Amino acid sequence: MVKANSIPRVWRERTIKYRLIGGKCKKCGKSFYPFRRICPRCGSEEIEEVHLPREGKLLYYTVIRAPPSDFEEYAPYVVGIVELKDGTRVLAQITDVVEDQLEEGVDVEAVFRKYREQGKEGIIEYGIKFRPKT
Amino acid sequence: MRKVYVAGIGATKIREHWEVSLRELLVKAAQKAIEDSNIEKKKIQAAFIGNMSSGVLQGQEHLGSLFATWMGIPGIAASKVEAACASGGAAFHSAYLAVASGMYDCVIALGVEKMSDALTGDVTAALIMADDQDYVAFTGASFVGLNALVYRAYMKKYGAKQEDIALFAVHDHKYAVNNELAQFRREFSLEDVLKSPLIADPIRLLECAPTGDGAAAVVLCSEEYLKEANNEVKIEVAASTLATDILSLHDRDDLTTLQATVRAAEKAYKMAKISPSDVDVLEVHDAFTILGVIHLEDLGFAKKGEGWKLVKEGEIELGGKIPTNLMGGLKARGHPVGATGIYQIYDAVTQLKGEAGKNQVDDAEVALAQNVGGVGGTVSINIFRRVR
Repeated sequence: MVKANSIPRVWRERTIKYRLIGGKCKKCGKSFYPFRRICPRCGSEEIEEVHLPREGKLLYYTVIRAPPSDFEEYAPYVVGIVELKDGTRVLAQITDVVEDQLEEGVDVEAVFRKYREQGKEGIIEYGIKFRPKT
Repeated sequence: MRKVYVAGIGATKIREHWEVSLRELLVKAAQKAIEDSNIEKKKIQAAFIGNMSSGVLQGQEHLGSLFATWMGIPGIAASKVEAACASGGAAFHSAYLAVASGMYDCVIALGVEKMSDALTGDVTAALIMADDQDYVAFTGASFVGLNALVYRAYMKKYGAKQEDIALFAVHDHKYAVNNELAQFRREFSLEDVLKSPLIADPIRLLECAPTGDGAAAVVLCSEEYLKEANNEVKIEVAASTLATDILSLHDRDDLTTLQATVRAAEKAYKMAKISPSDVDVLEVHDAFTILGVIHLEDLGFAKKGEGWKLVKEGEIELGGKIPTNLMGGLKARGHPVGATGIYQIYDAVTQLKGEAGKNQVDDAEVALAQNVGGVGGTVSINIFRRVR
């Protein structure tokens, strides 16, 4: 099985992943995550880099019970789509929850957490997860 | 653009082919299609091979030259075409264009996937490569998980129930019983489906297409070459389209419709000069039950939010308004991902040739096959017409 998560690959995305950096299209007004130089919707190349809001609500979620091989040790875990306060949508893990007690529409906030370890010799990958606001 | 015809089709059974390699699957399917076409092997000028994960799951790339070599036709133009689970449909589209353009007179479109050698977790990791590796696969989402989000969004928006959507799996298994090539030729009840283990909530095991090995092939040719084939039934490619959508679900406004299907279908109906009501046989890409329901809507056979009613009311059965997946669909015929698009074409053409046995639609004239890559990042639509 080919490893898709090399060290430089994790390193070059670190700023966007750790600080939740998105883009806002100056033409169609839509914002998106992660940041990219061209708007995926309208093709405009006038994109403003934005720090996305760290709060939002959980739109939909699922519980991953049959994970990809590099996530096997963490299953079951929750993955969902969060709509941030400015309307941007982000796919992320939902953490600090009991799977069958979670409800769609709940208010959530971003937290910095571990995603996976690259075995004994690789690095530990971090990123943003969301947890229900207390 | 000139007219393109299907000269022959061939396919292996779909199952865990422990004793057969990827290249041998390709060769077997090609031999069958060439034999069916009555066209001499040496007349084939190009091969387009749909495959998603040969590199990751088999450690094998360069399928074009591999195929030409093992088939004993080195020198032909040949390469792999990849568009995740829509690789087969995309390969067919390329093959169609190759003949329609006048560049080649006789080509072969193939699809192959060899999945059973790999461990389940590795197959799951390979399939999620259909989406963004850095921002979707990174979260640990599985491909089933992404479709589970679509399922939730659909149930929320339209108030549909899982017991109605899950009927799609029951339907597919019922028809696969009569398909010799199908991976699972047995029936399941709705209760079996709803009691099977959860894979990614709310999706249960028996709502998911299985993994398996298989290869399928279609020989395409110009009108002139078709004379040599002297086929009893003349089948024309009435339309071949391919469309994309924004790759990841979280970047789309509406999760309950696949814009790529809507786009590809609009172009295809126009190209074939037909409307949905002219379609006699339908093959949809039901990798998960919810997708089958959504495709019925996006292809114009039901209003948005009402696709499940067609299933529940028996309208996708033999004798119904739009007979769908009559050879078992992805769920029961099987889903060797990169090969699926060609298997769908194989099944559609089998119906037009009148060779579908107990599952035959009377006097089928127009068949449509829809093949989906990722969660609708790519959609291929091909329409076939029996020429009188």
